[in-house]
Amino acid sequence: MAEALEKPRTLPYVSAINEAVREVLNEYDNSFVVGEDVAGAGGVYGYYHGLLDEFGPERMYDTPISEEGIIGLGVGAAATGCRPIVDLMFMDFMGECMDEIANQLAKMRYMFGGRATLPVTMLTMGGAGASLAAQHSQSLEAWICHLPGLKVVMPTTPYDAKGLIISAARDDNPVIVCLNKMSLAIQGEVPEGSYSIPLGEANVVRQGSNFTIVALGRMLHEALKAAEQLKEFGIDTEVIDPRTLQPFDTATVVNSVRKTHRLLIVHEAVRFGGFGGEIAAQIQEQAFDYLDAPVGRVGAPFSPVPFSPALEAIYVPSADSIVAEARKLLGL
Amino acid sequence: MSKQISDEVLLDIHRRMVRIRIFEETAGKLAEDGKIPGALHLYVGEEAVACGVMVHLSNKDWITSTHRGHGHLIAKGGEFDRMFAELFGRSTGYCKGKGGSMHVSNLDLGMLGANGIVGGGPPIAVGAGFSNKFRKTKNVSISFFGDGASNEGAFHEAANMAALYKLPVIFVCENNGYGEYTPQANHQAIVDVADRASGYGMPGVIVDGMDAVAVYEAAGEAIERARNGEGPTLLECKTYRYYDHVGVRGMGMTYRTDEEVEYWKGRDPIDMMEARLAEQGILSKKDAEAIHEEVTKQVQAGVEFAESSPMPTPESLLEDVYA
Repeated sequence: MAEALEKPRTLPYVSAINEAVREVLNEYDNSFVVGEDVAGAGGVYGYYHGLLDEFGPERMYDTPISEEGIIGLGVGAAATGCRPIVDLMFMDFMGECMDEIANQLAKMRYMFGGRATLPVTMLTMGGAGASLAAQHSQSLEAWICHLPGLKVVMPTTPYDAKGLIISAARDDNPVIVCLNKMSLAIQGEVPEGSYSIPLGEANVVRQGSNFTIVALGRMLHEALKAAEQLKEFGIDTEVIDPRTLQPFDTATVVNSVRKTHRLLIVHEAVRFGGFGGEIAAQIQEQAFDYLDAPVGRVGAPFSPVPFSPALEAIYVPSADSIVAEARKLLGL
Repeated sequence: MSKQISDEVLLDIHRRMVRIRIFEETAGKLAEDGKIPGALHLYVGEEAVACGVMVHLSNKDWITSTHRGHGHLIAKGGEFDRMFAELFGRSTGYCKGKGGSMHVSNLDLGMLGANGIVGGGPPIAVGAGFSNKFRKTKNVSISFFGDGASNEGAFHEAANMAALYKLPVIFVCENNGYGEYTPQANHQAIVDVADRASGYGMPGVIVDGMDAVAVYEAAGEAIERARNGEGPTLLECKTYRYYDHVGVRGMGMTYRTDEEVEYWKGRDPIDMMEARLAEQGILSKKDAEAIHEEVTKQVQAGVEFAESSPMPTPESLLEDVYA
């Protein structure tokens, strides 16, 4: 792996996903991919491209449009000795299969007194910005972070996409990987071969001294732009990518807040009831004395995701809206 | 009637049915006495289905069960002591007291759990069947479900996928005539759930679910087809639960008549089996009574084991959430 790290390549996020799945299928003979259009079409966003040719129809399965059947297949196969990768094309479709996710996949181990092991990796796509409207654009990570038994990761870069998917597949728990459709073309360094990123550890992407932004998913990139803009106000922003939402690495955020004394949380999901509220609560519980300002939150307004590009552009948080909220929070 | 069934198999089916009956009658009394917490869905009356199917299976064949799952686990080889301990919420239970009646399970016996969600099992059974095929075994998976669950979307998705992939799965519908308290005529426009099989491209078979031998024979054919790679079957067993959807009572209810209950009790699966065994000179009335007595003692020992078992420690609350 060290050798691989010496010769970094640049790849788009979509190819990093593809490489990760390939690594997993090579690493585990009992692993396979099931989902809608994953085999013949290579996935609707192309991230399974070439895997049918490479691994054959015994490892890559197209399914009917049956989300509950797909997740249930993953549960039953995992409980009986397989390590499946199940593809839920859009995160919005969780509504079709929430019983299998919430009542079967998440709970089976506990209900059975620890006697079932469910190494299921579920890849799913979220995020707004492509004019796919209200049913194909949501960020519903808060739904699944609320379910004990699941782990939830949210890769923001090509490097993270590959490493977190491999880590998810190696983990003996069900792990839901929340991918982002607007990040598919993002380029970044991706080592060849297999590597993992520890689940439950946040990544301090940018060091700073007097302001912290925790940014989920694609919002990381907007937060980094915002951090540059905030420099002109004398703000030196630390940016944290949680990478894993469940289990959440509270300690890294607490350590940052002890240093910077101010925190803003940014996510693409609707602000009300979003995951940011949980982070804010944890920080006020654990770092109240270190805070010099209320914890701020940036998220989508309380409406479904709109279709029109004109509306969607103001719906999704951006570097500008992050800067605006930061200035309000900091009294600038 | 394809081939002669051995005395050994008939006696095996009989004993499994008696084990379920006495366990369930005892569990019902304990629940009424307030000794078993939570909800109990008793399998009494439906024993022929679980036992007629299960004698064909090994521990490597998987089953998914329902909220009415005690009978399935007993028929699959579940032990009374650990089952009662689970129902009592004790740490010695199959699920360490974390699942209870509605989630009692034992993966070592190939039992993927009772399931509190109606229709929760069929997709999981498809996954187990997929796994059997993927791992190139000759094992099958059985999904037990009710007439009520046949109206769930999950059943539809599972049946379609099993047929599409020709998976070694048998969908065993325990049609007891009621979805909870709603009679079948008020929850679906068909009389035979097996009619739905042709819509998925699999055979649909109807048997008398009170006749364990009929179930045994029909299940045997379906299981053989599955083991030979010929795909799934929908096997509908017409049966009846003597007690209510949940709890005991059963008689004097507004949603069904006592006459109806008496009619079905007149076709009791254990009585019918014992009459058959006596007629064929395999098991005398006296020998049958001895089996009931022996099982009663085993059940009592199971209750004593459960009652003397420790409650789970507070420390165990957060164990087993994650691997």
